[in-house]
Amino acid sequence: MAATLLTTAVKSAAGSGSRVARAVDRLPPARTNLSSTERWLSLAAGGTVAGLCLTGRTPPVLSTIIGTGLIYRALTGSCPCYRALGVNTAGSTKPRTAVPAGHGTRVEHAVTVNKPVADVYRFWRDFENLPRFMTHLIDVDATTDGRSHWIARGPLGTAVEWDAEIVTDVPNQVIAWRSLDGADVDTAGSVHFVELPHNRGTEVRVALKYDPPAGKVGTALATLVGKSPESQIKADMRHFRELMEAGEIPTIKGQPHGE
Amino acid sequence: MKALCWRGQKDVAVERVPDPKIINPRDAIIKITTTAICGSDLHLYDGYIPTMKAGDILGHEFMGEVVETGHAVTNLKKGDRVVVPFTIACGGCFFCKKQFYSACDNSNPTPETAEAVYGASPSALFGYSHMFGGYAGGQAEFVRVPFADVGPVKVPAHLTDEQVLFLSDIFPTGYMAAENCNIEPGDTVAVWGCGPVGLFCIKSAFLLGAARVIAIDDVEGRLKRARECGAEAVNFAHVDLLKWLEERTAGRGPDSCIDAVGLEAHGTGIAGIYDRVKAATYMATDRPTALRQAIMACRKGGTVSIPGVYGGLLDKLPMGAAFAKGLTFKMGQTHVHKYLKPLIARIERGEIDPSFVITHRYKLADAARAYKEFSTMKDECLKVVLKP
Ligand SMILES: [Zn+2]
Ligand SMILES: [Zn+2]
Repeated sequence: MAATLLTTAVKSAAGSGSRVARAVDRLPPARTNLSSTERWLSLAAGGTVAGLCLTGRTPPVLSTIIGTGLIYRALTGSCPCYRALGVNTAGSTKPRTAVPAGHGTRVEHAVTVNKPVADVYRFWRDFENLPRFMTHLIDVDATTDGRSHWIARGPLGTAVEWDAEIVTDVPNQVIAWRSLDGADVDTAGSVHFVELPHNRGTEVRVALKYDPPAGKVGTALATLVGKSPESQIKADMRHFRELMEAGEIPTIKGQPHGE
Repeated sequence: MKALCWRGQKDVAVERVPDPKIINPRDAIIKITTTAICGSDLHLYDGYIPTMKAGDILGHEFMGEVVETGHAVTNLKKGDRVVVPFTIACGGCFFCKKQFYSACDNSNPTPETAEAVYGASPSALFGYSHMFGGYAGGQAEFVRVPFADVGPVKVPAHLTDEQVLFLSDIFPTGYMAAENCNIEPGDTVAVWGCGPVGLFCIKSAFLLGAARVIAIDDVEGRLKRARECGAEAVNFAHVDLLKWLEERTAGRGPDSCIDAVGLEAHGTGIAGIYDRVKAATYMATDRPTALRQAIMACRKGGTVSIPGVYGGLLDKLPMGAAFAKGLTFKMGQTHVHKYLKPLIARIERGEIDPSFVITHRYKLADAARAYKEFSTMKDECLKVVLKP
């Protein structure tokens, strides 16, 4: 019943013909292992996010997804651990991602960067560079032992934090990381690098996964913001390419204009 | 500062706006000394170009003096006199490295619209809608120039502003269009449109070795200027153009044909009326009369070169003729950066003085009146220059 209520709430908020409503229609029936209380709480959290979006406040998509998970986790006190990273680099030469599909929100995108693979790998390997092009990140603090502390944007100006560890690091080929137990949100990521022949630059293929219990509903709500997780990772990876090739991200913010 | 702002269709005004600041490390601030109104600015003025926002500062042909540089700009200093390409290019991407500067991957902060419409975004442009980056233009007292370490080029002190200003757009545009024709000695080049770009096509075709240039327009004042540039000029309203061209080239056709008209071609006869009806009913966005004629007239194995700007869809294009004759098509926004230094050298050697296209001079404060007059008296008004 809660699921029906959520469907109705989302549809009334987004309009019955909207993409969101259609996405909700395609959702599987509510999972039976959730108690009805939790479903009501999910609804409350989802409603908060939907309300945010509809009042014209537009937090970045991934932070909305993260935030949805955070609210859920705070309410339920449980954190579904995400362990299935599945990185296998032994003898692997073809690009593939380390983050499997399935539960949660998974985004993937590839760009070609006109720089040697060593430069591109080195820039990414310093996780402290990631907030320069990933919109949803506020700060990443890296320590020398492969561990790092991440702070991301959540809804309503909140911050979401987690510690992460590097699980795979093959120079100039692949880096994969995942959050550690006790994280505000379960997350994992991987990036593969392939140098193209004849000085054509480096293919960079990134996959990110955020695992909020709101699952697909979180993603559906996120599309309300106007930018899907797919278009956000696309923009982030464009900014990565701009930083690598041009040394800066082009902008017109702050330029003069008339009335 | 004062700047010419777009407010809506046929509505521009000089307003007081904040001075531009350095935003990115590779920026420079230029104090404008001379700027121009381009024929393509009239497309904005007439409301043909989507994604304009009220308050946008226009102008993509400008030059001036460096007053401030970001910390990553080491090749320019305060006081340098520079002319600035209208295309904005990073210099480091795959396309810039291939000298396809107008295809730069990294200059458009908002490429999504162009990607949706064109499949990929070309480079950003100054003062030319948010689809092309939304950068403030140079019809102002000051302008912010991104990637200033690869765009602006210093100009020799003995050349006047008016001699070098058009390196920003129309001279390289005409030159690249002629270069795209791969002119061989003895070639005949036909040029549709005798506006400023068309005139630079004519002069450039001769610089690159054409034996004959045929200029096509229906405005007598412009045909007169084309003749002054050395072309044989024909008024397409007075002849059956295709027949005339066939006769004048003794049956072979021009070796290459340049469409320097673009999306506002004013056709005559059935095809012209058909275009107007289609455009009026939004079934086609561009009216390609000149391009159709260029394809039909061009000799077998020849080149059709298109500096004229197109924005959307074309209708009733004689693709069969293009295929049957094995034509080569070359087109696109100008890779301005590539041409600045070689063309400055040509100006210095006295091979060309680009200031010949100027017909009107206004104060920047009178820019709104300049737009109005430019858009209504096309006959006499060829090129408008503004001085702050
Ligand atoms: Zn122009
Ligand atoms: Zn570039």
